[in-house]
Amino acid sequence: MNVVTAADIARAVAGSIRTAATSLRPDVLGAIRSAGLREPSERAREVLGQLVDNAAIAERDGVPLCQDTGTVWVWVELGQDSGLEGDLQAAIDGAVAYAFREHALRMSVVIDALLDRTNTGDNTPAFVEISQRPGAGATVHVMLKGGGSDNASAMAMLDPSSGVEGVARFVLDTVSAKATGACPPLVVGVGVGGTFDSVGKLAKKALLRPLGIPAVSSALGALEEHLLADINALGIGPAGLGGATTALGVRILTAPCHIAALPVAVNLGCSAMRSVTVEVPPHD
Amino acid sequence: MSDPIRITLPGDIAQLRALRVGTPVLLSGPVFTARDATHARIAAQLDRDGVLPYDLAGAVLFYAGPTPPAAGRPAGSVGPTTARRMDAWTPVLLAAGIAATIGKGARSEAVRDACRTHGAVYLAATGGAAALLATHVSSAEPVAYDDLGTEALVRMELDDFPVWVAIDAQGHDLYAEARDEWAAGEGRR
Repeated sequence: MNVVTAADIARAVAGSIRTAATSLRPDVLGAIRSAGLREPSERAREVLGQLVDNAAIAERDGVPLCQDTGTVWVWVELGQDSGLEGDLQAAIDGAVAYAFREHALRMSVVIDALLDRTNTGDNTPAFVEISQRPGAGATVHVMLKGGGSDNASAMAMLDPSSGVEGVARFVLDTVSAKATGACPPLVVGVGVGGTFDSVGKLAKKALLRPLGIPAVSSALGALEEHLLADINALGIGPAGLGGATTALGVRILTAPCHIAALPVAVNLGCSAMRSVTVEVPPHD
Repeated sequence: MSDPIRITLPGDIAQLRALRVGTPVLLSGPVFTARDATHARIAAQLDRDGVLPYDLAGAVLFYAGPTPPAAGRPAGSVGPTTARRMDAWTPVLLAAGIAATIGKGARSEAVRDACRTHGAVYLAATGGAAALLATHVSSAEPVAYDDLGTEALVRMELDDFPVWVAIDAQGHDLYAEARDEWAAGEGRR
């Protein structure tokens, strides 16, 4: 059997952290640019222009797009034809500590949420998800998640009778209440289904699908477009200072769930939505 | 929308107080970075001593925790953090003499009331524009709480730093007004 080593994955993580911190996702940059052309509010156009200039400066100088370089969330999809060699959490934490020091990123993690809010000093631990996919090697997704947008997220266990309307209402209410502090224009990640513990992960994974790549079904795509129109009709606008561009896109992922359940989670992605996906080939 | 108003601290503080909500401002002069942990310490010292520490009376607080310096600039990427998290401390700090705050996002009614009572101003900068905003910081000198890392109290000299008046000294709130104007169709200009 071929193998993927924890060290290979760690190298991919370290490289992805730098890319994500300093280069705005091309789909997000493109969406901000086109929003600027459609935006009727002068103040909103000014904010969007700042975000475009910001991306150019970050790219040119190799500096972070945002001072909140976030927690590091890593989702490793292991190919089922490959074995995994090594201590993945330790290797990824090593990559995080290296990349944050080397690229002068901000240390934003405390030792314990409740009992000891001393900074860990190296932005570890990373928050690691592991799953399997067909084939060999591994697919590694790295997201740097800022505190402002993660704080503005929410989840609920709805009754099944709430249906699509109830889910749409929950998404709209969450954005309406929390968007101004989450650095709009937003990418709105929505998870529907699974269990209490898994629906949040679904919402986070939903943020990975680039803007412009359609949903898995046309029904889901139609719901995403409908929600996007409703969100942008709120008038919250770029930086929350008014305008037509509160969100750049809505991304929904759905999953099976209990007959009694309708879990929904909203994970907001900010205007500096930072994620990178890379393939790690196997060793023979 | 009007052209931005240039305000240089601390001399132009009266002019800043007179600006109407929504006015774009290019801010120059000293501000002090302070986030959650910084606020807890400042408030504790204020409670103990009865006055703001480190000569902060009349000062402007910038809710921000920068990345380490890079690209030959005095400060790393530095943009506003969510102001709402500072709301619990803000009325007390404004009463003690803080003149203005810089952050992002809507704030509590208590903060709006305190701005009106004390003639203080809340300025909004663009969240996520930290690489751009860093080019408008001309110096950064640590003042206190070095052990807090990025949450240390740092004196930053700003140079044409772009902000908007988000709560003016009369307590008008841009976040509320912008949505109302949008609903009424007046924001589409």
